[in-house]
Amino acid sequence: MLTLTQIVFLVAAAITLLAAFMVVTSRSMVHAALWLIMTLAGVAVFFVLLNAGFLAVVQVAVYIDAIAIMIIVVVMLTRHSMGIQDRQKNKTWWAAVIAASLLFGSLVLMFTQAPLLGAEAPALTMGAEAMLEELGLALVDVDRYIVPFEVASVLLLAALVGSIIVAWPGRKSQDQEDES
Amino acid sequence: MIPLSWYIILGAALFSIGIYGALARRNALAILMAIELMLNAVNLNLVAFWRYLTPNMVAGKVFALVVFTVAAAEAAVGLALIISIYRRRHTIAVEEIDMMKW
Repeated sequence: MLTLTQIVFLVAAAITLLAAFMVVTSRSMVHAALWLIMTLAGVAVFFVLLNAGFLAVVQVAVYIDAIAIMIIVVVMLTRHSMGIQDRQKNKTWWAAVIAASLLFGSLVLMFTQAPLLGAEAPALTMGAEAMLEELGLALVDVDRYIVPFEVASVLLLAALVGSIIVAWPGRKSQDQEDES
Repeated sequence: MIPLSWYIILGAALFSIGIYGALARRNALAILMAIELMLNAVNLNLVAFWRYLTPNMVAGKVFALVVFTVAAAEAAVGLALIISIYRRRHTIAVEEIDMMKW
């Protein structure tokens, strides 16, 4: 007999996988981006089910709010390049199908060998508030995770500067030479 | 309760769909979206392992946050590259971006 949590999980899993499938198959890039938002929201549901509410909020704020919107803007900027009537799959897409199914099959086969997978979730010893506080303190504690935290911020800064430089319009004459 | 294997299999399925998308699509933007799917599958697995195996440590969540950061950086740089290539070559089909193919 399924419990309520399991029903929520199965419904969310079905929606997420369907949306993910539509992301990689839909012909229109705008539709693919909207299905991507649906998938990301589905993953946020699993974060909530896993008692990681903060990560669910980060998922919505970073992925749906920033990355998905950025992807949609770029879809609109480049929409004259490939229309929906163009071919969307390359010539070796059948090999991609084989690779993906082989990967999935071997992963599932490997999981049946692994112990611990039937494990039930142990009870949490801390409340949500205390866990969040612990996470925040761990990120800035000199003895714990401050180095990954700082590396992540430097990486973000480098990506910010790098993407501005890469997307800079550049010299017009050079562009026209390339086109001719 | 939900067994851990459900999350792991869901993550594997999401990752495999992402692999298919990254290998089979011609549009560079679609490939970027498929990579986002794969990163999400990895994050789901990280958080699931944290919850089921080490719920009293924060390492799993910190790692997931670092993956979020890397995903944001990767999306920003990838989209900037796509805009730059589109501006110069007027295409975002990956087979036509072959300047470095020898």
